[in-house]
Amino acid sequence: MRIELEKRPRASAFYAVLSPFIALLLTVIAGGVMFFLLGKDPIAALYSFFVEPLLDVWSLHEIAIKAAPLILIGVGLSVCYRSNNWNIGAEGQFIMGAIAGAIVPVVFHEWHSPLVLPLMLVFGMIGGALYAAIPAFLKANMNTNEILSSLMLVYIAQLFLDWMVRGPWRSPDAYNFPVTRDFAPEAVLPEILASGRTNLGFVFALAAAVLLWFMMRYTLKGFEVTVLGQSERAGRFAGFSSRRMIWFSMLLSGALAGLAGISEVSGNIGKLQPIISPGYGFTAIIVAFLGRLNPLGIILAGLFLALTYVGGEAVQLTLSVSDKVTRVFQGLLLFFVLSCDTLILYRIRLVFPGAAVPAAQQGAE
Amino acid sequence: MKKLLFALATSAAMLGFSASAGAQDKTKVCFIYVGSKTDGGWTQAHDIGRQALQAEFGDKIETPFLENVPEGPDAERAIERMARSGCALIFTTSFGFMDATIKVAEKFPDVKFEHATGFKSAPNVATYNSRFYEGRYIQGQIAAKMSQKGVAGYIASFPIPEVVMGINSFVHGAQSVNPDFKVKVIWANTWFDPGKEADAAKALIDQGVDILTQHTDTTAPMQVAAERGIKAFGQASDMIKAGPETQLTAIVDTWGAYYIKRTKELLDGSWKSEQIWDGLKDGILTMAPYTNMPDDVKKMAEETEAKIRSGELHPFTGPIKKQDGSDWLKDGEKAEDGVLLGMNFYIAGVDDKLPQ
Repeated sequence: MRIELEKRPRASAFYAVLSPFIALLLTVIAGGVMFFLLGKDPIAALYSFFVEPLLDVWSLHEIAIKAAPLILIGVGLSVCYRSNNWNIGAEGQFIMGAIAGAIVPVVFHEWHSPLVLPLMLVFGMIGGALYAAIPAFLKANMNTNEILSSLMLVYIAQLFLDWMVRGPWRSPDAYNFPVTRDFAPEAVLPEILASGRTNLGFVFALAAAVLLWFMMRYTLKGFEVTVLGQSERAGRFAGFSSRRMIWFSMLLSGALAGLAGISEVSGNIGKLQPIISPGYGFTAIIVAFLGRLNPLGIILAGLFLALTYVGGEAVQLTLSVSDKVTRVFQGLLLFFVLSCDTLILYRIRLVFPGAAVPAAQQGAE
Repeated sequence: MKKLLFALATSAAMLGFSASAGAQDKTKVCFIYVGSKTDGGWTQAHDIGRQALQAEFGDKIETPFLENVPEGPDAERAIERMARSGCALIFTTSFGFMDATIKVAEKFPDVKFEHATGFKSAPNVATYNSRFYEGRYIQGQIAAKMSQKGVAGYIASFPIPEVVMGINSFVHGAQSVNPDFKVKVIWANTWFDPGKEADAAKALIDQGVDILTQHTDTTAPMQVAAERGIKAFGQASDMIKAGPETQLTAIVDTWGAYYIKRTKELLDGSWKSEQIWDGLKDGILTMAPYTNMPDDVKKMAEETEAKIRSGELHPFTGPIKKQDGSDWLKDGEKAEDGVLLGMNFYIAGVDDKLPQ
């Protein structure tokens, strides 16, 4: 017996909308089973994982902080993926954006001006975009696979940051620890509410999501992205250039990842250090797909993924389970999202050898 | 999604509340770890201390912990979470948690904090540390006796005073036995990375050292030493299981006694913010059994340990010259704590250039 995936003649629009919710439900159920097998009360565990963080103003702020970079990167990636360009290197663009933005407060630390912060943000976007320009150039001119080139550039960015903070940018007054000097107060993203730590980065994320949603839905550019993503040939007939689209989508997603990088460093860390991201650039890929590549859906998806980080800590503390639980949840979630999507487009068919052979022979006759 | 969460919330709310209601009377003493509690080194030593604390007080206290907390914004959130969850005393067990601890402590003046190995304190933030250098002096003496080649390898983490002090103490101990003894240093630039630590160990052995010691947290260097058939010293925890025929001794951090003492003070209301720097005599630091060495070396090590314990011997007693040849301590002069805690120079005999 063998299992085959057979393309459905028509995908159900109803289930297409529902699928992320089914995936969420399955994740929660599988998570409950996991907690049960770990010998913990599954209801109490799921409660402190998914619900408790939502009941406290403080942890809502923490969720927003964690969600901001995920949303910002995720919406950029969604445009990229819609246009059939597969930028996997947002993590690297995030880091390069952070480094480029940090030039202002680290190298010119004696310059105090209200212009510092805006300049940092612009530098951050330029840094991310330039770093994404490398795979864009390679793809547009040499037909290089952007999945590989963008992914490999991530490791270069990580090592470059590591070298910068241990070498040229190491703070003179941090007891030789590999960190840059602390950013001056005017180089720190301001908090937006009195009730907690949420900073301007979250506003950037929401604004970017709404803008890109508008672009995709109401502008010619959005139409161009969709058409070229679905059929390059059709796009060419309409006069759209897939080469220009490579540049557009890669630079856009790179710039947003860079903005996320400098926002995170400026708003949350306050300096550069060897590791500035717990893998936001990769988690944002889950976020983009969980949000069905729709910028507004990505806001919800980003908030949900942030909840898994914050909730993961909560269960660790209340039930003393391992910190790996968070990763397991994120993995389960991606698995169920992808499999739900697959099952919307395909159906499973069991093929029995005895039945399959005559059918093939019939076809031959 | 909101609907789903709402449904979950309502169905789980009653159960959840009833599950967490009973446990509120116990005093919570909380721990935050930079590594995994089974790392075999630094974090495990703290977790053993936590278990000793729990065993001592039994039902009277709870000791929740968070492990693998990265130093940075996540640390601040994790510490704040603990403060919010009702922890009365929070031990933050890594140098890199220093700024986060101070920040959260400002917001929660009623919660007590204890930060390991740092130099910033506050009315509700104490610091505690161990005189690891006392153990390293003994290790240096053993190394000088055991090494055929007169060169030891030292896997260091970050060039902060704490680590530099350890290297100097090791060298000075070794030179008290063999004045020509040399130490080669590799900076792994990590506290916890088995891969990098193993690479450093291999590189040092390839450069011809025949004794290995480390100021990083995993047992990887010990395992490499065992494979290559040389001797090594354990760090933070007794690492004899990683090298039954390799480990000479280990500096074992025995935080339990300290955790018990401070929790007692918390419970009877006498807790004060202090800067504690205890050593062998206080029981915060112990030496693992002296193994895999001849009896005369073992005897020397035990004698040195007893002398440090009694206060007869201070490992940093002159004459000691700095690496550049200038005088540091005159004959018989003992180093002051303040100088040790800010140590940023090598003494003569270290075959390395201190990263500046």
